[in-house]
Amino acid sequence: MIKVDHISKTFKVAKRNAGFSEAVKALFNKQYEYVKALDDISFTINEGEMVGYIGPNGAGKSSTIKILSGILTPDCGSCDINGRTPWINRVKHVKDIGVVFGQRSQLWWDVPVIDSFELLRDIYNVPQIKYKDNLEELVTLLNLEEIIKTPTRQLSLGQRMRCEIPASLLHNPKILFLDEPTIGLDAVSKIAVRNFILDINKRHKTTVILTTHDMQDIEAMTNRIILIGKGKILMDGTLSDMKKVAAVDASIDEAVVELYKQYEI
Amino acid sequence: MRVYSRYFSIHFKSVMQYKTSFLLTTIGQFLVSFNVFLGIYFMFMRFNKVEGFTYSEVLLCFSIVLMSYSFAECFGRGFDTFSSIISNGEFDRIMVRPRGEILQVLGSKIEFTRIGRILQALVMFIYGISQSNVSWNFDKILTIIFMIVGGTVLFTGIFIIYAALCFFTIEGLEFMNIFTDGAREYGKYPISIYGKRVLQICTFIVPFALIQYYPLLFLIDRNRNRWNMFLPLVACIFIIPCYKLWKIGIKHYKSTGS
Repeated sequence: MIKVDHISKTFKVAKRNAGFSEAVKALFNKQYEYVKALDDISFTINEGEMVGYIGPNGAGKSSTIKILSGILTPDCGSCDINGRTPWINRVKHVKDIGVVFGQRSQLWWDVPVIDSFELLRDIYNVPQIKYKDNLEELVTLLNLEEIIKTPTRQLSLGQRMRCEIPASLLHNPKILFLDEPTIGLDAVSKIAVRNFILDINKRHKTTVILTTHDMQDIEAMTNRIILIGKGKILMDGTLSDMKKVAAVDASIDEAVVELYKQYEI
Repeated sequence: MRVYSRYFSIHFKSVMQYKTSFLLTTIGQFLVSFNVFLGIYFMFMRFNKVEGFTYSEVLLCFSIVLMSYSFAECFGRGFDTFSSIISNGEFDRIMVRPRGEILQVLGSKIEFTRIGRILQALVMFIYGISQSNVSWNFDKILTIIFMIVGGTVLFTGIFIIYAALCFFTIEGLEFMNIFTDGAREYGKYPISIYGKRVLQICTFIVPFALIQYYPLLFLIDRNRNRWNMFLPLVACIFIIPCYKLWKIGIKHYKSTGS
């Protein structure tokens, strides 16, 4: 279970205008601006839930994921994930979670994918029998027999993503964070990834938290949606709740646009 | 340790993917330090002694510093290039894995091409030994091992400081190279030739002299005090403040946008 309580996080951002003279000026007298990435965020997510975490660019989605996965320490507030605070018990906490950053690879570039998997097995200390079972399951579900023998650098984006997600699942995490897992994928790979995530959720009761800009992802995978904008949680409900608030009976994409307008984000 | 050997083998496999590049870089590394060796050689053609140290003694000194520097660079490369690990977001990855950060940064890069330098150091070392008339015994062999171990730890410590500062600046700091590349270059000669003040700094602040000057005196029988033998191990204490600074740095880690 994930319980987030009144979390805030502020970043100090250097600001200057364009131009050479401005750049020189900034060298001596830097102007800072404080940006509230997260402003008093609270929510609870139960075990086995699938939650879509949406909002425009720069709303604070990634910051939230980074706090929940123990990378960042918030300024204030508390967070309890299966009885632990992520940024205090980092090592114990990350054993139970899997994180996929859609834009960054976790596979070693020059070696076949299976070598990366074996390194991850040792990093997470997965027993050999369990590793074998997991690998077999993941490989058959995603049809990876051939792909995992190829070096990562020679894979297409879609193939690589089909390896990234199992790489985060080799140690049976209880919680899976997906940060834009379908970005840049073609229709076939997208659907393969979606079905796979749904399957994993059903089989292992894995809690899944998903950030994405692709509303079809949300529609296909999640029941619950948390909408965040300018660091605040604006809505927390189901897909039909969202359509109700938006007050339009149109496609989900248009509903989201309508919502963004209403909240002025 | 098992995880580290796993990292080691994956890096080895990666390197073997680009055999030509590996070979040429290794040869390049060998030649670069060979130049430095020539520099020393030509200088000693004119002068027979520097501050009372003979040619072979200086070679011995330099080869040991070069060897420990190359070991540190080979295994601690992750810290040396830490600014790139921060700016490309790789450190986020490290934070979501259930292992110590130091182990993972060490494992993130292993620079096998530094074998070129280690070889060069070895050649100089053997040459230096054959030229010098050091009377070898068990203590002295131990001293040399201590010097290399202490030097590797010391240079790794400086790399860690460098990496820890990256948490605050995001970009790397060139001035830190004074302590890494600079120390390697100045380390050619026994520290005492640079004067008393430098010797004091290198004894008490950044303990270069402990891995180089004092044990060298013991090696060439200028100072028979057996304490000098263990000074390189004392220099290893330097890693503790480095580690503390690193821990403070991690607390300040802000991650980069995604």
